[in-house]
Amino acid sequence: MGAEVGVFVAAFGYLALLFVIAAWGDRRAEQGRSVIASPLVYTLSIAVYCTAWTFYGSVGRAAEAGPSFLLIYLGPTLAMLSGPLVIRKMIRIARAQRITSIADFISARYGKSSRLGALVALIALIGITPYIALQLKAITLSHAVLMDYPVAPGGPASTAGFLSDKSFWVALVLAVFIMLFGTRHLDASERHEGMVAAIAVESLVKLIAFLTVGLFTVFVLFEGPVDLFTRAASHPPLQNALSLSAVPGGALGWVSTLLLAFLAFFTLPRQFQVLVVENVDERHLTRASWLFPLYLLVINVMVIPIALAGLLLMGSDGDPDSFVLTLPLSAGREGLSLFVFIGGLSAATGMVIVETIALSTMVSNQLVMPLLLRTTKRYQGLHSDLSVWLLGIRRGAIALILMMGYLYHALIGDSYSLVTIGLVSFAAVSQFAPALLLGLYWRGACGLGAGLGMLAGMAVWSYTLLLPGFAQSGWLPLSFLEEGLFGLAWLRPYALFGLDGLDIYSHSLLWSLMANIGVLVGLSLFTRQNHLEQTQAALFADARTEGVDTPPLWQGQTTRGALHDLLRRYLGTASTARVLATVDAPHDRGRIEISTAAGIGSPENGMEESASPQLIARAEQALAGALGSASARLLITSVVRGEALDMEAVLSILDTTSQTLEYNRRLEQKSRELARIGEELRGANERLRELDRLKDEFVAMVSHELRTPLTSIRAFAEILRDSRDMPEAKRTQFLEVVVLESQRLSRLIEEMLDLARLESGRLTLQPHPLEMVALTRQGLAAVQHPIEERGVKLKVTIDLDEAWVIGDSDRLEQVIINLIDNAAKFAADTSPVVLLRLARHQGHVRLSIEDNGRGIAPADRERVFEKFHQLEQHSTASGQSRGRPRGSGLGLPISRGIVVQSGGRLWVEDATTLSGASLIMELPEAPQDKTMLATETPLPPD
Amino acid sequence: MAKVLVVDDEPNILLSLEFLMQQAGFEVITVEDGESALSHIAEIPPDLVLLDISLPGISGFDVLERLRADTATSRLPIIMLTAHGREVEREKGLALGADDYITKPFSTQALVDKVKVLLDEATP
Repeated sequence: MGAEVGVFVAAFGYLALLFVIAAWGDRRAEQGRSVIASPLVYTLSIAVYCTAWTFYGSVGRAAEAGPSFLLIYLGPTLAMLSGPLVIRKMIRIARAQRITSIADFISARYGKSSRLGALVALIALIGITPYIALQLKAITLSHAVLMDYPVAPGGPASTAGFLSDKSFWVALVLAVFIMLFGTRHLDASERHEGMVAAIAVESLVKLIAFLTVGLFTVFVLFEGPVDLFTRAASHPPLQNALSLSAVPGGALGWVSTLLLAFLAFFTLPRQFQVLVVENVDERHLTRASWLFPLYLLVINVMVIPIALAGLLLMGSDGDPDSFVLTLPLSAGREGLSLFVFIGGLSAATGMVIVETIALSTMVSNQLVMPLLLRTTKRYQGLHSDLSVWLLGIRRGAIALILMMGYLYHALIGDSYSLVTIGLVSFAAVSQFAPALLLGLYWRGACGLGAGLGMLAGMAVWSYTLLLPGFAQSGWLPLSFLEEGLFGLAWLRPYALFGLDGLDIYSHSLLWSLMANIGVLVGLSLFTRQNHLEQTQAALFADARTEGVDTPPLWQGQTTRGALHDLLRRYLGTASTARVLATVDAPHDRGRIEISTAAGIGSPENGMEESASPQLIARAEQALAGALGSASARLLITSVVRGEALDMEAVLSILDTTSQTLEYNRRLEQKSRELARIGEELRGANERLRELDRLKDEFVAMVSHELRTPLTSIRAFAEILRDSRDMPEAKRTQFLEVVVLESQRLSRLIEEMLDLARLESGRLTLQPHPLEMVALTRQGLAAVQHPIEERGVKLKVTIDLDEAWVIGDSDRLEQVIINLIDNAAKFAADTSPVVLLRLARHQGHVRLSIEDNGRGIAPADRERVFEKFHQLEQHSTASGQSRGRPRGSGLGLPISRGIVVQSGGRLWVEDATTLSGASLIMELPEAPQDKTMLATETPLPPD
Repeated sequence: MAKVLVVDDEPNILLSLEFLMQQAGFEVITVEDGESALSHIAEIPPDLVLLDISLPGISGFDVLERLRADTATSRLPIIMLTAHGREVEREKGLALGADDYITKPFSTQALVDKVKVLLDEATP
C-alpha cells in the first residue's frame, strides 16, 4: 500500500507541477513576456502527437509487426516538412479569421456553415473518444503493472462496478484538472499559453523517461547495442521481427499507414490546436519543421531495442505494450519504473489535456452554442452575461468527453490493443482531410460536398472499423464479420466489395477516403456556392501572402449600442471596450476615452450612432474568437439588419461596373472624336470643293483672258495671209493690232506669274529707301501720254518736296501706273477726269487717285481686289469705245499684294473731290535719307 | 446684200470681224453691247447676228433669249462667238436657240463659210 501511496503522491505531484507551470505561463503571457514564443517550445508542444500510444504502444507494435510503427512517425515527418506550404497557410488563415478549432476552420472555409462545423465536431467527438479511452487505458494499465508486478494485469475491467474501476477515477481527476487548466480564462478566444508551456514540459518529460528506459535496457540489461542485437539475432522467433515484410497489408499497408499518419497529423483536433491555433509566430514553423522530426527520431530510436529486449527477457507471455515498465521492474528498479510511469502519464495526460480542450471548444462553439442561440434567440435580453454560460458549457463538455472516453474504454477498449485504438481514431479524423486540404487549394470545393463527403467517409469508416470493433466486443454477432451484412460476402466489413488481403486500417482508409473525396469532388463540380462561401473559399485558397485579414464587410445597419450589448454579453465588459476602441475613427477617440472612464453603455456615448462596417466586422471577429465563426455570424446577423456584403461579389460588381463605365467613357470619347473629325473632314471637304470651284473658275477666266487677245491675233494673221491685195495702210494697221495683242498676251502671262508668286509668297521684293515724289512723277510720266490720248484729263497735286519710304522701286512704280490706269478706266465716259494726290498722312505717305466715274458701291470695294473681278465689273455702260486697253483684272490684286508686302495698305473709298471712287495707297514714311535716290534705279519698260 | 450685225466688246475682234464680213460681201453693223444690239435689231432687222457672250451690261445669252422670245426675230440666224469654251456654256447657247456656237479663237474661213451657209438656208 505504501508503494501505492508513493505512486499516488508522485502522480498528483506531477499534475500539480503541470498546473503550476501552466499558471506561470499564463501569468507571463498576461505580462507580455511569453514563455512559449520560441521554436523549441512550439516543437515540444507539437510533440503532443506522441501519446501513451507512442510511449507504450510503439514497443508493442514493434514487437508484433516490426518497424511498421515507424510509419506513424514518418507521416508527421512528411507533414512537418510540408509545413511551410500547408501549415503556414492554415496559420495565416486561422489568425486572420480568429479560428478556434479545426471544426471552426472547416466551417469557416465553407461559408461559415454551422451545420458543417457541427458535423466536424461530432465526427471528432466520435473519432477521438476511443483515442482518449486509449490514454485512460494506458494510465490504468501502467498503474496496474506498476502495482501488481509481476502479476500480469488482466481480466475484464468492467466486471466490478465503475466506482471500483480506477479508470473512472482517472477520468474524473483528469476532467477536474483540465477544467481548472484549460478554462481559466473568461475570454475563450485567447491562446492557452499556460497549457502550451505545460505540454512542452510534458513532452520533455516523456522523451527523457523513454530515453532513460531505453538506455537502461541497452546498457544495463545488456552490454550495449551490439550485445542486444547479437542475442536477438540468435533467437529464432525474433529473426522476422525486424523484417519489413512484417507490416500488415504488405506494400499497400505501408503506403496507407503512412498516408493515415500524414493526414491525421493535420486533422487530429489536438494537432490542429497546437500547430495552428496556439502558434504565436509563424516563423517558428521553419525550425519546427526539422526539430519535430528530430524529436520523433530520438523518441523512436529506443523502440526496437526495448521491444527486442522485452521479447528476449520477458518471453512471449509478457504484454509488449508494457515492456517499458516491466523491463525496469524485472530488474528491480522501482524508482526508474516510477519515472517511466510518470513519463507515460505525461504522454497520456498531454494528449488528453489538449484533445479535450480542443474538443470541448468544438462542442461548445460548434454544437451547443448554435443550438442555444437558435432556441434562445427570443430571450436574449434575459441573459445579461453569456460568457459565464460559455465557460459552463465548455466545462460540461470536458466532463462529457472524458466520461465518453471512460465508457468506451470500459465497454469496448479491451478488445483492441493501444495501437489499434489509435489507428481507428486516425482513420476517423482523416475524414476531415479532403475537406481541409482540398478546401485550402481548390476554390470550387463546396460545403455540401464537404459535409456529405465526410458523412460518406464516416459511414464507411463505421462499417469497416467501428462496427467490427463492436462485434469483437461481443455487441454484435461475429458472423457479421465473417459473412458480411445480411450474409452478403461483398459486404464483409474487412473485405468490402471483395477487396481482400489488406489490413483493416488500409482497407477502411481506402474505401472511406474514396467515398469522401468522390462525394466532395462530385458535388462540388455540380453545386453552386453561395456568395459567402465563394468569398471564404477565395480567402482560404488565395491566402498565400500575408494580409489575408480582410474580412468581408457588412452591408447591413446596426447601432453601436446593439453591437456593444452583444459583445458584452459574450466577451465581458473589458474586452468589449477594447474591441470597440480599436476600430473607432480618430475623431471618436476622445469620446471613447471619456466613455471608458464614465462606464460604457450610457446612452449619451453615441450608442445610437450607426456602426461602421469595419466595427461590425471587428465585432464579428471578436465573437468568432470566442464562439467560432458560424456562431459569431449567427449573432451578428441577429443584430445587423441587411445582408453581409460579399466582398468578392461587390468587387466583381464594381469591377464590371467600372469596366463598363470606362468602356462607355471611351466610346463617348471616341464618338466625340469621330464627330469632331467628321466635322473637320466636312470642313476640309467644303474648303477643297470651294478651292476646286475657285480653281475651275480661275482656269475658265484665265482661258477666257488668254483667248481674247489670241482671237484677234489669229483673226488678223489669217486675214493678212488670205488677203494679199490689201491696201498697205490696212495691212499696217492690222499688223499693229497683232503686235499690241501679243504684248497684251505677254503682259497677261507676266501678271499671272506675278500673282502666282505673290500668292505662294515667292515674289521677292528688294526693299530700299526710295523717294515717293520722284517715283510718282516717274510713274505719271509713263502713263500720262496714253491716258491723255484717250481723252482723260489728269490732274496732279503733290504738296511735298520729298517723302521717303522703304520699298522695291520697280514694283511700286508698277503699282502707281496700275492705279492711274485703273482710275482712268473708272472715270466718267464724258470728260473723264483723274485726280492724283500725294500727301503725308499720320506718318504715312499717301497716294490717292480719284476718278469722276460712278463710284464703287461699298459692298464691291473689296471685290475689286479679287482676281479677274474687273472682268465682269468694269463697266462704262456706253457703247462707245475710247480705245483704251482692256485690263486683265489682275492689276489691282497684284498691286495690293505688293503694297501689303511693302508694309502698306491699298483700298478703295469714295472720292472726296470728284464724284467717283478713290484708290488709296499708304506706305509708312521712312526716316529721310538723301544718299540714295529712287530715281537711280532704271525704269521698267512700259 | 445681206446685213450682218456683229456684237462684241473687244474693239480689235470687232475690227477683224467687220473686215471679214465686208470682204465676204455682206453689209456689216457693229455694236459693243447687248442693249445696243437689241435696239439695232428692232430698228433695222439684220439677216444674221454674230453675238459675243461676255458683254458689258446684259450678256449675249440674255440678248439671244430675248430675240428668240420675240416672234419677229425667233427665226433670225444667230451665231454665238465666245471665249468661253466650256461645254456647259456651248450647250446652254444651243439650248437657247443659237444656230451655231463658235469658240474663240476661231478659223476665219470656217466662220465665213458658216455665215454663208446660214444665210443661204435663211433665204431660199
